[in-house]
Amino acid sequence: MEGKQDPASPAEALSAPYVLAYTYRRSVGPVIGRFLTGLREGRIEGVRTAAGRVLVPPAEYDPETGAAVGDFVEVGAAGVVQSWCWVSEPRAGQPLDRPFAWALVKLDGADTAMVHAVDAPSPAAMRTGMRVCVRWRAERVGSVRDIACFVPDEGSGASEAPPMPPAEPVRGMLSPVHLEFTISPGATLSRFLEGVVEGKLLGRRCPACAKVYVPPKGACPTCGVPFGDEVAVSDTGTVTSFCIVNVPFEGQTMKLPYTYGSVLLDGADIPILHLISGIPADEVRMGLRVRAEWLPAGERRPTLESIRWFAPTGEPDAAYETFSEHQ
Amino acid sequence: MKTRCAVIGVGQTRYAARRDDLSLAGLVREAALRALEDAGLSWGDVDAVVIGKAPDFFEGVAMPEAFLADALGAVGKPMMRVHTAGSVGGSTAIVAAHLIESGVHERVLTVAFEKQSESDAMWALSPKYPFVPPLVAGAGGFFAPIVRSYMRRAGAPVEVGAMVAVKDRLAALKNPYAHLQMADISVAKVQASPMLWDPIRYLETCPSSDGACAMVLASERAAQGAPRAPAWVRGMAVRSEPAQFAGRNQVSPRAGRDCAADVYAQAGITRPREQIDVAELYVPFTWFEPMWLENLGFADENEGWRMTLDGTTALGGALPINPSGGVLSTNPIGASGMIRFAEAAQQVRGLAGAHQVDGARTAVGHAYGGASQFFAMWVVSSEHA
Repeated sequence: MEGKQDPASPAEALSAPYVLAYTYRRSVGPVIGRFLTGLREGRIEGVRTAAGRVLVPPAEYDPETGAAVGDFVEVGAAGVVQSWCWVSEPRAGQPLDRPFAWALVKLDGADTAMVHAVDAPSPAAMRTGMRVCVRWRAERVGSVRDIACFVPDEGSGASEAPPMPPAEPVRGMLSPVHLEFTISPGATLSRFLEGVVEGKLLGRRCPACAKVYVPPKGACPTCGVPFGDEVAVSDTGTVTSFCIVNVPFEGQTMKLPYTYGSVLLDGADIPILHLISGIPADEVRMGLRVRAEWLPAGERRPTLESIRWFAPTGEPDAAYETFSEHQ
Repeated sequence: MKTRCAVIGVGQTRYAARRDDLSLAGLVREAALRALEDAGLSWGDVDAVVIGKAPDFFEGVAMPEAFLADALGAVGKPMMRVHTAGSVGGSTAIVAAHLIESGVHERVLTVAFEKQSESDAMWALSPKYPFVPPLVAGAGGFFAPIVRSYMRRAGAPVEVGAMVAVKDRLAALKNPYAHLQMADISVAKVQASPMLWDPIRYLETCPSSDGACAMVLASERAAQGAPRAPAWVRGMAVRSEPAQFAGRNQVSPRAGRDCAADVYAQAGITRPREQIDVAELYVPFTWFEPMWLENLGFADENEGWRMTLDGTTALGGALPINPSGGVLSTNPIGASGMIRFAEAAQQVRGLAGAHQVDGARTAVGHAYGGASQFFAMWVVSSEHA
């Protein structure tokens, strides 16, 4: 629509990093536990299925029938590459910090292949059908990484794993996960956050139900139509309900205790969640009248954290009937 | 509907804070094997598997349904995963039951699970999302303001919350599977426990549990061979609504009211409080008992707490709620909804053991999830029609 720019469109769409990182504590169960315990002791064990196939690494249940698997079987520390691909630029956390091959290796005595790294000088040194053997890590902990990698077998086979002191059977493993996203809040929220930098709270009115949403969404959740006019909303409002948080947990960044509440801004039809401060926690109440405490103009960023918190205005409390429909 | 759906097998794991004796696969297997044994069946008798769990963040395994196929005997069979947040255990059972009612399959295994010990649900539910302050502290932090709103609008005495905590923990003592076994629980003890998310105290919250629950569902024809009494599914429904909209009634969401109205209509129930003998409701924080009693039509608006106060909802009362001990005693999140559905079935099968409600013929299983925005319910009966 040439020449008819929406006055409420943002100067630029925002984006921000969003990182999720956590180290899971997995319990591995008796079968994988025994496999990992074996690796710590420098031994590779698979399991035999009812059909007589030897699965390495072992599965708890036969992938073909779902039946519980049978006896453990020790297999060789050398085997044959069944397929491979070359990694020319290793990533952080991969088994080798120089170019290497991922390979499917069928160990001597096994009927299935396992994935692991092969430390080869170049792709020219790799071929399907080649023999490789295990290079053990000296310090082993009960992890598939106790096999540092495989190496081309020059005919001498795998070297012995240096002995480790006896320890309890392996029951669990740590599994770190790290995911990095870029979050783009979209044009509507970007425009709202531009307003926040200027110390303004800009809502939008639904053309169908006339309700004012702040922060605005792309479309009215009730009517399903795009929002209409931009509406400036007051930075004063009423606490409709609240919670005093006393619980520490992993990743928490707020200082305890803190009080957060639903604040129905004057002129809006849906409350926002924000910190309530400037008043002892045990005096916060439903109906409390509050005002945004903004960061100084130069410190504001496009986030609702540019409002430090909401603090009492000193006005008399709002009557329950004025906000009871907003809970 | 081509056939009614029957519950012919129920299996539950032992629930605990940490089942580090088992992998995720071993956990679901334990529940599934018990359900098959109850139904007198083996893996080969199952036509399809429907599995459910809460967000993948809870164990950090993406698409666990694929990873668990061999543990659940699903090799070469239809298998799917359902996900509707905390209500998933209920909606998973409903998807499985639809496969029976529609005549697609004769016997379906349905399983729901969570292994909370592998991570931290508080972390997983409180991401540091850009553009907003990091205020929300887990599910308790989210629901605390809603509980406060209920207490205000209903004018309920503050001890009602503690009474629910005591009732459900005492009931759990009769359930050998239940995670929490707190023989010394008392109202005074609940009220003296730390205030976590004011107004919610520590002993008013659900535990973090590892566990799985499974059911074998069958057509009328397949149910004829079942060794033990079936529970017949007489109504089932799911509903959802947005987490936020202007004028939303967060205390008594419309989706929950609509879900209840739908299942009651299917089951021919016009007076739920008189016609239903026992209900397993999803109550992760004590005050959700009176809130759901109202939302599901067991009590008038703002009156649900009176049923807790006068003992109506206790085991032995006129309408026992959560005789298994409920979510307040056992909470493997993804499984918690299915446990409600399965416990309702066990009551009408007469197989609930020490927490059996005498003469129970009609029971409700209920689950909710997200920001009180996903609902799943079923009505089960000892009578076919």
